[in-house]
Amino acid sequence: MLTRILAVAGQEMRIGLRNRWIVLATLILAAFSLALALLGSAPAGTLGVNRMTITVASLASLSVYLVPLIALLLAFDAVAGEIDRGTLLLIFSCPISRMEFLVGKGLGHFAVLTLSLVIGYGVTAGLLMAVGTGSSAGLVDFVRLIATSAFLGLAFLAVGYVLSAAVRQVSTAAALAIVAWLVLVVLYDLALLGALVADTEGTFATRIFPLAILANPADAFRLFNLAALGASDLVGGMAGVSDALPFPPEAALAAIAAFTLAAFGIAVALVRRITP
Amino acid sequence: MSHVLSLDTVTKRFSRNTVVDRVSFDLEPGERVALLGHNGAGKTTLFKMILGFLPLDEGTISVLDAGPGQAAARRATAYLPEAVAFQKALTGEEILRFYARLKGEDPAKAAALLERVGLADAARRRVGAYSKGMRQRLGLAQALIGRPRLVLLDEPTSGLDPISRQDFYTLVEEVAATGATVLLSSHALTEVEARTDRILILSKGRLVADDTLANLRNAAHLPIRLKVQGTEASVEEIENRLGGHRLNGRSVELVCDPSEKLQRLAAISELGDLVIDIDVHLPSLDDVYRHFSGIAVPAPGPGRTEPC
Repeated sequence: MLTRILAVAGQEMRIGLRNRWIVLATLILAAFSLALALLGSAPAGTLGVNRMTITVASLASLSVYLVPLIALLLAFDAVAGEIDRGTLLLIFSCPISRMEFLVGKGLGHFAVLTLSLVIGYGVTAGLLMAVGTGSSAGLVDFVRLIATSAFLGLAFLAVGYVLSAAVRQVSTAAALAIVAWLVLVVLYDLALLGALVADTEGTFATRIFPLAILANPADAFRLFNLAALGASDLVGGMAGVSDALPFPPEAALAAIAAFTLAAFGIAVALVRRITP
Repeated sequence: MSHVLSLDTVTKRFSRNTVVDRVSFDLEPGERVALLGHNGAGKTTLFKMILGFLPLDEGTISVLDAGPGQAAARRATAYLPEAVAFQKALTGEEILRFYARLKGEDPAKAAALLERVGLADAARRRVGAYSKGMRQRLGLAQALIGRPRLVLLDEPTSGLDPISRQDFYTLVEEVAATGATVLLSSHALTEVEARTDRILILSKGRLVADDTLANLRNAAHLPIRLKVQGTEASVEEIENRLGGHRLNGRSVELVCDPSEKLQRLAAISELGDLVIDIDVHLPSLDDVYRHFSGIAVPAPGPGRTEPC
């Protein structure tokens, strides 16, 4: 079982490397994070806060947008693409279970994503250390950011697999992936903010809003990271909410894990129904 | 020892269409069997049911006493889909290693199969740059991993040039010589080149023939066509003396039973100078196939006749 999962994962990583997917994702992450570190936190010195921590706070906001996008783009092809190219027929005729296949894909894509994050954000951390603005506490923040970003990516990989297994055409899966990104990452927040503005003190703000934050891995990720940085006073916005929420920030991580497992379970159920 | 593959009144319907209709046959160890049928006859559907991808509506399939799709059946079966596709970014060797791992076999041994199918030189090239024949051979190498007992090849030679096709059948013979049962589908009898032990013909989902090629030829009892060519002046007389019907201003076609062939030829030679040429058209493999698949044999066109 493990051999087969690793075989699929290994192949996925090899393809990721060869298609320059890893290179592209790494370059994007590195470029954005360097830009944020060098330009965005220029005035941080006057605040007396660790410059690395400030950078991590900005990068957390960047991750919320970029990591789900990269994960969805990696995942949408996983099943629909293999059906489209006709490669799934051969794979499923081998003694590999549908779940092993999907776990292997997930593992491979997770490795690709993690590698991109480590290199992309690592470059920025290294640069900050090299110019003397780093600290060991800041490094811990960076490690936490990379780990939780990978975790967020996993949740969106699972979303991508659900979409990819639900349709047979790879182009439809690609379109759905973009829609999923738009809805979960952009529109969801706008809707929450709109509802909050409309009803600042009512049941929505006190009861539904905290749950709504947990239900979306992108918001849960942002909540956990900003709370962990103690940066709510630095960045403001939605992060300020974390103090008022009726649960500890760690609950956000558990919520992401639950979301990922549920989405992955749906994806496996869908893949089991496929006739290649 | 039971059958390697056994189908009993297998039926599959898609909405109201019966795609596979009460098909039954058994395959024995080491047999090379061709499954013939035109496009849409149900060949691929049948394969997908044998592999366990599609549920049956009626009947049973057993692969070495296991149900289709069960782990034991999948371990014993190798499959080469029609127009096989691989990840283009990977090399041939990487692909074989990948499938060896999926099948629980030694990847190093699998890579050695490339030599057997004549792809040793291309082992480190990307599959995206392979020709169709090379992809097909890589597909066969994949099917040979770990000595399968049942090899299913879905239209393995369609689109291959004649030389590649011959090479392919040589490999198939080698596989069958190791004791594996080979079931290969094709849309034409000429494609399988009589290099199979038994022929199954599927027409509109029904199995209409299950026998050796020689027996099928005899059973079909197809007529021989003789095309007698005269001149514009003599064609009238040829028609009067031999019977048959006029093809054009110069030729007359006679249709006769195989047993009457010599008699008819003698009658033609008696006409002497009236006749310029004779073509004898024996029933081709295609005609035999058409006979069984229920399509009327059309009049022979030019280029399909064989000189006597």
